[in-house]
Amino acid sequence: MQELLQQKPEIAERFGDLHPPFAAQAAVVESNRCLNCFDAPCTSACPTHIDVPKFIKKIASGNLHSAALGILDANVLGASCARVCPVEVLCEGACVMHGFNEQPIEIGRLQRFAMDHFHAQGGRLPRKSDEKRPEKIACIGAGPASLAAAAELRQQGFQVTIFDKRSLPGGLNTYGIAEYKLPLTDSLREIELIKDLGVQFRLGVEICGENSLAELEAEFDVIFIGAGLGAMHRLAIPGESHSGVIDALQFIEDYKTGKTTQIAGDVIVVGAGNTAIDAANAAKRLGARSVSILYRRTREHISAFDFEYRQALQEGVRFLWLTQLMAIHSSAIGITSVECLCTEIDSDGSLKPIDDSTFHLECNLVIPAIGQSPLLELLTQCRDVQLEQGRVVVDRATGQTSNPKYFAGGDCVNGGREVVDAVADGKRAGIAIARLLEVAYV
Amino acid sequence: MSKYSVKPNLSVNFAGIESPNPFWLASAPPTNTGEQIMRAFDAGWGGAVWKTMGAQVTNTSSRYSSINWNGRRMMGFSNIELISDRPLEVNLRELAEVKKRYPKQALIASLMIESTREAWHNVVQQAEDAGADGLELNFGCPHGMSERGMGSAVGQVPEYAEMITAWVKEKARTPVIVKLTPNITDIREVARAAKRGGADALAAINTINSITSIDLDTLMPQPNVDGRSSHGGYSGPAVKPIALNMVQQVMSDPEAMLPISGIGGIATWRDAAEFILLGSGSVQVCTAVMQQGYRIVEDMIDGLENWMCEKGFQSIEDFRGLSLPKVTEWKDLNLNYKVVAHIDEAKCIGCGLCYTACWDGAHQCIHVDRVSGQIDGPIELHAKPVEVEAASRSSITVTPIPKLDGEKARQGYTTPLARVPRVDETECVGCNLCSLVCPVDACITMVEVKTHLPAETWEERSAACLTGESC
Repeated sequence: MQELLQQKPEIAERFGDLHPPFAAQAAVVESNRCLNCFDAPCTSACPTHIDVPKFIKKIASGNLHSAALGILDANVLGASCARVCPVEVLCEGACVMHGFNEQPIEIGRLQRFAMDHFHAQGGRLPRKSDEKRPEKIACIGAGPASLAAAAELRQQGFQVTIFDKRSLPGGLNTYGIAEYKLPLTDSLREIELIKDLGVQFRLGVEICGENSLAELEAEFDVIFIGAGLGAMHRLAIPGESHSGVIDALQFIEDYKTGKTTQIAGDVIVVGAGNTAIDAANAAKRLGARSVSILYRRTREHISAFDFEYRQALQEGVRFLWLTQLMAIHSSAIGITSVECLCTEIDSDGSLKPIDDSTFHLECNLVIPAIGQSPLLELLTQCRDVQLEQGRVVVDRATGQTSNPKYFAGGDCVNGGREVVDAVADGKRAGIAIARLLEVAYV
Repeated sequence: MSKYSVKPNLSVNFAGIESPNPFWLASAPPTNTGEQIMRAFDAGWGGAVWKTMGAQVTNTSSRYSSINWNGRRMMGFSNIELISDRPLEVNLRELAEVKKRYPKQALIASLMIESTREAWHNVVQQAEDAGADGLELNFGCPHGMSERGMGSAVGQVPEYAEMITAWVKEKARTPVIVKLTPNITDIREVARAAKRGGADALAAINTINSITSIDLDTLMPQPNVDGRSSHGGYSGPAVKPIALNMVQQVMSDPEAMLPISGIGGIATWRDAAEFILLGSGSVQVCTAVMQQGYRIVEDMIDGLENWMCEKGFQSIEDFRGLSLPKVTEWKDLNLNYKVVAHIDEAKCIGCGLCYTACWDGAHQCIHVDRVSGQIDGPIELHAKPVEVEAASRSSITVTPIPKLDGEKARQGYTTPLARVPRVDETECVGCNLCSLVCPVDACITMVEVKTHLPAETWEERSAACLTGESC
């Protein structure tokens, strides 16, 4: 792990910050632009309800430590959220400055400014209670939802253990977010704060099978499922099993962990979600000759955020609309080309292939990014936990499942949203679990 | 269109001193040398008051400090600089040279000398022989010189001010301007004394005693002179309201009123126009020039010209003092005049600043608990700020994602009506606070409400009380 903390210099060089940090004086000027709204729309728009005007005004006065504590109080992963949140559709999108025909306050960058200061000063998370509680809680998965739940519970004095099948904690924060947004080292730095609270981590341990769940139930009073989603969907086309086909999350993980440092040739990315964009931009930055995104529908239908799309255009990624991948061709030296088919959208909105429209594209690497499947294997084994369309059904306010001993949050509940949504889920569940145990204790 | 056909005339005759425009440099570092003043005149300044001459002094290092506000620098500026640290002969030689080359600009010698009749007679003679168009007596410098029995030590004692003004008038052939210190209970006292002493004009205000700031790392007040500090003279935009008030006080007092040169936080033509509207015959500028250089006068000149064109003023005298009659004492204000706040829903951006200001700083008559349309009259549904905030903090919010949330996720943010506060006009006292805190121009306006009562001042009302009519 220590080795990984030493980031590969060539990766660091290629993946400079998407949003560079503020210089100190610029942060003060920007924070003074904030109107300090009452019942601020930015705070309401944030799933973790960070009191944005409060921390921004503290930056303005130079009270940086308190600014960071205010952020962390609402969102224990405030540092990563400052960088990875789609602020354009959250806090900054809600900023009243839009109504003023002015640029919104750069809330994300200000939050990062406060959090960077906090880390530079070696700040630690405060405990909310001195009480030492005997109850034990297990969190499955070491992603943002579990981390938030664990931090909340640990801060209130409970015993928390996080299980993850990977060797590093953080889930997608560590392995799946583009390096120019959140460097792997920064994700781990943030998790150190939670470790420092006394949360136990059992890494490299996969919870699977009824036996391991039964053992977990025997050892722990409450189980929080923060397992995220499962493997990425497969394309189901000829040639897919070639080693030159690598799914987007694996591809991102490989360059973040230093396994891949360079890409040569032409790259085809399939799908137009945020992960597809991250993978395409990464391929470009890693040196690919050309990167094309194939999408069956049009620009209006993509699930990527608008600013992500525009970012990809800036990076030099090409978009091929109304194009469907049909087959992957390879020779002894590797993938040589892909076979595509043009599509059109019918008046009723359905997709229709156009006859005799097949064409070929030269290609050396294919990156499918067409979504993740649910983790059905694990979820179906959780006793009495109700599922719907592969998602865990929970009470939204508490995260409690149909089995009162099980709570859940994050992607396995919401089907795949943002880090900040997972943190909010985890925190709500943490508070609810603490309350539940409190009642049982009395 | 004809409004713009004739350029207005900016020239002034200030107590007999001719100047092509009312913009003068105040006696300060920007008028330290002949070379500087000539560059200033080239930039367009109408006059300059030479940095105070007298017995040569030694200045400290450092000598300035300032207040920054919201990321902007020098809202307030403070100095502990003394009068000119150059020999009197050098200053006077340069003054003669400048006057020869720039005969049309007003060149005034600021003077400060030990408090004897001979010393004053001597320095007045020297300044006038060099060619000064007028003399400004520095009775205001609040630091360094006052310890030596000069500057504000004179300006704070009306008898001294009157005596020295009289000595100067015995000798002077050019107009004598007395510059007043604001570091006194009632500025009119010294103004009257100067008038009694025969002064031809006044200048106000000099700098205000101040300690601008203390460094929270070193605990050192600023400016730092080898581990010690001292009170300085405060100037810059922060002091303008104080200066305007003092100019108005002097100009409304028949015993004090003389031509006055307005000073204090003037940085733009707007500031200058305000000083002139309260009766100033010329204005003097220092801090703004120290911050941005002589070039600021360019905008001051054509800004004032354009405004005069729009208003139909041909000369400075056309509007000088026009605002003076509008300032009265509180007791003369109409108690039966009423305005209430009106919020323009189309302009409101939903920041809620008026709401918190009204609840915490005023009379709790702005409310956010409405969801549709205009509601008049008393409303009993008054959610307190803390309840409003708690409700929104306990709501569950998720990131809008097009794939999962459909078209809803693509909707832009406008100000929903529920976020536009409403004013309960029957409760509104018309205090004006909300319109001051509102960040949007013309979003909150104060609208007159007819009370159908005759105008009545406090003085009239209390007189009526005494006669037992009504209270």
